[in-house]
Amino acid sequence: MWLYILKRLIQGVITVWFIATATFFAMHNVPGDPLLNDRAMTAAIRSNVEAKYGLDKHLTTQYVIYLSNLVRGDFGISFTQENREVNDIIREHFPVSAILGILAVMFAAAGGVLWGALTALYRNRMPDYIIMFLVILGISVPSFVVAALSQLALVNFNSFAGRTVLPVAGWGTIYHMIVPAMVLGLGTMAYLTRLMRSSMLEIISSDFVRTAKAKGLPPARIFTRHQLRNAILPVVTVLGPAIAAITTGGFVVELVFAIPGLGRYFVQAVQQLDYTVIMGTTVFYGAFLVFMVIVVDVIYGLIDPRVRLK
Amino acid sequence: MTETGPSQMSGDQAFSSSAGKQLGLYALYTLVALSILLYLLSVAAGSTAGGLGSGAINVERNSITITLREEPPQLDASRTTDASSFVVLAHVMEGLIAYDVDNELVPGMAERWEIRADGATFWIREDAKWSDGQAVTAHDFEFAWQHVVDPATASEYSFILYPIKNAEAVNQGELPKEMLGVTALDARTLEVEFERPTPYFDKLVAFNTYFPIREEFYNGADGRYGSDADMMLYNGPYVISEWVHGASMLWRKNPYYWNDQKGFLDEIVTAYITQDVNAKLNLFKDGQIVDTHLIAPMLPEAMERRWQIDRFMDGTVFFLEFNHRDGRLTGNYHLRKAMQLAQDPAELVYKVLKEAAYLPAVSLFPIWIDGVDAKFRKEYPPAEHHLDLGKAREHLELARQELGLDEFPPIIFLTGDTPVSLLAAEYYQELYKQNLGLDIRIDVQIFKQRLAKMTSGEFDIVLAGWGPDYDDALTFGDLFASWNLNNRGRYVSEEMDAQIRIAQSELDPRLRMDAFGEIQRISYDDVIVIPMYERGWSFVVDPRLKGFRRRAVGPEVDYNYAYLDLSGN
Repeated sequence: MWLYILKRLIQGVITVWFIATATFFAMHNVPGDPLLNDRAMTAAIRSNVEAKYGLDKHLTTQYVIYLSNLVRGDFGISFTQENREVNDIIREHFPVSAILGILAVMFAAAGGVLWGALTALYRNRMPDYIIMFLVILGISVPSFVVAALSQLALVNFNSFAGRTVLPVAGWGTIYHMIVPAMVLGLGTMAYLTRLMRSSMLEIISSDFVRTAKAKGLPPARIFTRHQLRNAILPVVTVLGPAIAAITTGGFVVELVFAIPGLGRYFVQAVQQLDYTVIMGTTVFYGAFLVFMVIVVDVIYGLIDPRVRLK
Repeated sequence: MTETGPSQMSGDQAFSSSAGKQLGLYALYTLVALSILLYLLSVAAGSTAGGLGSGAINVERNSITITLREEPPQLDASRTTDASSFVVLAHVMEGLIAYDVDNELVPGMAERWEIRADGATFWIREDAKWSDGQAVTAHDFEFAWQHVVDPATASEYSFILYPIKNAEAVNQGELPKEMLGVTALDARTLEVEFERPTPYFDKLVAFNTYFPIREEFYNGADGRYGSDADMMLYNGPYVISEWVHGASMLWRKNPYYWNDQKGFLDEIVTAYITQDVNAKLNLFKDGQIVDTHLIAPMLPEAMERRWQIDRFMDGTVFFLEFNHRDGRLTGNYHLRKAMQLAQDPAELVYKVLKEAAYLPAVSLFPIWIDGVDAKFRKEYPPAEHHLDLGKAREHLELARQELGLDEFPPIIFLTGDTPVSLLAAEYYQELYKQNLGLDIRIDVQIFKQRLAKMTSGEFDIVLAGWGPDYDDALTFGDLFASWNLNNRGRYVSEEMDAQIRIAQSELDPRLRMDAFGEIQRISYDDVIVIPMYERGWSFVVDPRLKGFRRRAVGPEVDYNYAYLDLSGN
């Protein structure tokens, strides 16, 4: 198993290198550059700034410098956030995104499994119809609409209550987190509910469940040991990528709720062609995603005895 | 499993009710586990962001809560370029000269000054203090200005110091920075030599890039000056006492600040970083922030709530800029004239954009620019513009003949991707199709790509805008100088250049203003641009807060003169 993990890690490093290289060259081929601004720079000022960022060197030289810095874990200095190191930006803002993301995923996973099991249990009956209708809504309504609506609902709720029960935006306390995390996790929860429902339905009609029933096992035991445990496997599989996707994709929610997460910097950097921040966040997110996939594969082996890691 | 017999059904029901109970139990466990997790995460988050924000106004603490548009990248005034940093610096720093509540120049760190043809002298006030109690000296300005033009600093705004002798040469690395024409004669006298006469120098020194830095503190910060609350010194009405990056700032009243007519609040909290107008409106409605701006769709609700809605012009003028480079269709005068005569900015603003605070633009110079004794546009009224389709078509025919064309090829119309610019672009496309039969091809580009195309000249018309750097007509007036790099359409005219030289250096205010009058005339007659609109904003402020200002030049929001008034008027 350790050999397997090592093998996967090496593959991961190659993947990340590929991401870094592809992003580097794609980015430098986009028309425009990070130094272009509303105020045009004189040649002298421009060359001062270019020298500061090493943009005056040939592209392949820049690439070599970039890679050697990357190996040492140094992403360089941001162009738009002068004087701020990309490492600092990631270190300060990723935890915020991560906390929001983890909470959203927990919310989504717990909700998805519970609702999914419930709909399977009551299939083709009223609870099933109601929940599946909500699931369709959750999947199809984009998060910026949900975010804006829930924020508006908060304002009205607070004014109805006559005081600020839950903050409308901002970050810092437990109260700031609840609504954004729910909004962020909603789409994933809806998706997981469907996944859980179908995998549960498959299990319910399988032979070993019938055998368990025939043996006269108590229903609660059949339900937990035989049905839930088996049905949950596909959910665990998608959970890893989902954590990465949610943690990195919270831009809209972060914007609407004024949360100082990393997603905002990522999108801003792309718009502003902030080379170092684009590279830093892309490589970081890429590595994070690759890592999560490996973790899930390993966990999968632990949960499902049929899967052997080699 | 679609076939289910009656007996099986009842068995199923017993099973599902039993399993359902089990599920309910799990749901309960999950809820408890999630609550614990939530609590633990909030403890973890507590260390990354301060839980500030105690309502829009806290009367006991004499404090207010506001939003910032973005996290200031850093606050070394010699290098800042963004609006958000300008706002923070305007509250915690002060230049030699400052703006009062009515936008008039008033003494700041300098108690008096003298501007001559060859230079200027500033006398620094005795009670000018840094936030650690030490005196602000002339040397602090000398050091700061040398620091700005030092090539190693790589300041993007260094050009604004170019009127000072040798500034450009130092910035290009041709002279050592000690050769910059600024000297501290003694602790309280600052002597400046000019490269060329600069009658508007008083307005320049009010700008951020001219703020002081204390040398010994700067060197002690080891390259991190301006990157954190304790990594800088302050000389303005407030000091930054806490700075949680990406989340919040706390500004406290500066006890060493000299002017008792500024800085009435004890605390200003910037608890939110957001540009989202809807989020800001919600925060305002929830009583969390003291002011927010409003866009057109929000106005009906605001009026329903009986809010006091104010407007202000943010200073920016938007216009259609022609590409005057050789070989471009729009290099032809008659084509430009035809397009000018076939449109009316009032229609664009009132019927298409419908933003209540926008003003149809009639000149390159916005309405708030000062003349000699009154507003510039009062002293030098811009040409009266009327839509005249007959004359427009005559000019179009002349253009067709001069260009030797049977039919006009499509005109490339470059624009940004904001909702307003897209709306405007589509309006002009339709307008010129109907009125002149011209084909407009809209080229939508995101910010940097649009700038790249503007710089390389890949357009016939670009939807552009220009905002002021300092409070003088020259900030707009020199835009179409042949040497100005912001002249993206590469308009070149000797007559224009000659007037701009006068406007830059003429010491007689009337003659200088005459030159701006000429610049305004040329820009209309020769159709350098077609002015579209002057941008403005509607905004609302908590009625208990008085003295709040929004400015076209300097910080976009200004709380320096703000105070709480609970009398309810």
